[in-house]
Amino acid sequence: MRPTPSQTVGPFYGYALPFRGGGDLVPSGHPGAISVHGYVYDGAGDPIPDALLEFWQADAAGNLDGKPGSMRRDEVDGSFAGRDGVTFTGFARVATDLDGHWTLRTVRPGGAPYIAVCVFARGLLHHLYTRLYLDDGDDALLASLPADRRATLVAAPERDGVYRFDIRLQGEGETVFLDLG
Amino acid sequence: MPEPLSQETISREIAELAARSDGADHPARDYPPYRSSGLRHPHRPLVAPPEAYAELRGPVFGASDVTPLDADLTRQHAGEPLGERITVTGRVTDRDGRPVRGQLVEVWQANASGRYPHQRDQHPAPLDPNFTGTGRCLTDADGRYAFTTIKPGAYPWKNHVNAWRPAHIHFSVFGTAFAQRLVTQMYFPGDPLFPYDPILQSVTDDKARERLVAAYDHELSQPEWSLGYRWDIVLDGPSATWMEEGR
Ligand SMILES: [Fe+2]
Repeated sequence: MRPTPSQTVGPFYGYALPFRGGGDLVPSGHPGAISVHGYVYDGAGDPIPDALLEFWQADAAGNLDGKPGSMRRDEVDGSFAGRDGVTFTGFARVATDLDGHWTLRTVRPGGAPYIAVCVFARGLLHHLYTRLYLDDGDDALLASLPADRRATLVAAPERDGVYRFDIRLQGEGETVFLDLG
Repeated sequence: MPEPLSQETISREIAELAARSDGADHPARDYPPYRSSGLRHPHRPLVAPPEAYAELRGPVFGASDVTPLDADLTRQHAGEPLGERITVTGRVTDRDGRPVRGQLVEVWQANASGRYPHQRDQHPAPLDPNFTGTGRCLTDADGRYAFTTIKPGAYPWKNHVNAWRPAHIHFSVFGTAFAQRLVTQMYFPGDPLFPYDPILQSVTDDKARERLVAAYDHELSQPEWSLGYRWDIVLDGPSATWMEEGR
């Protein structure tokens, strides 16, 4: 069967898709918690304030089964209840702020050495996949890339437990995006 | 001052790109008639990774993430929203036709007047205090989803002079693999705005574009209550071989 075509997420997803704590896969103070943050830039080098990022990763033990509970509802009034603070769901969703900036709080994934990333934005007709590596280590994709391109997939340590990862949609320093078809 | 960008210019560009359609299922990320795509598409070709692990699995959602009322966009406020009440239902499958079960489907849309409750939407059409326009549900064992809502209105946007979006509902769908992720828009049959809209026309293959248009289904209409539309969703990739090889 032929697939349903993609269309842009548009400018008005903000009241529908992002949810409070969407970028907090673990609570603050969680043992081993790390923060990864950065900007999403367009081809003119300007930050993109209307991008939406999704992250999917294994838990610290390498389990990729995922768990419900990323966007729990209150059963009494149907309002948003937030994560339960204990379950690691593996899924995060963060909209860039008005500065084009985003933050993810998580733990290092076990097993596969990367966090899978999906990028949506106004102006982007079909989402883009990339990977966020916390180390420039032994990995088949990293090994297949020239050094400058490889560097776009590896987060830079800023200080203890804090990493920087910028996504450049176009032009100089353009992030490596993946064909997963 | 640059000359205002006319529909005539956009329509000419749309026609030129349609004539060169390569029959792709998805829009090219570089589609000049949609002006915002200009600085927001990669110049470099996508890279096929030698192996994938995480992307072949995906996030899981469950009963705790969705309440049954979330699928009825007409019951989120004290009063009834204005507009034409509709139901939209269909199946989510993979490319082999297998149902995608228990997965999250999210929708968002403008109200009947073509207005979003978003402060960047400055279209001078009324907000409806009884309609927000967001919904979600989990697919059932057949991959089926269903929403009750109102038919959204067309709305203007600033791509060019006199640019109007055909009425549409935004959909976000998860598959069993993160690599099957889909965000798209569902349109209503027979909308006269189709040929003018560079977002819909970014899908240059006629057959592929038709797959974005729901069918009116009289069997789904409920007497004295609502009009029914059917729209099935087929998630792309990863290919079966990729899954089996566990590349
Ligand atoms: Fe829209």
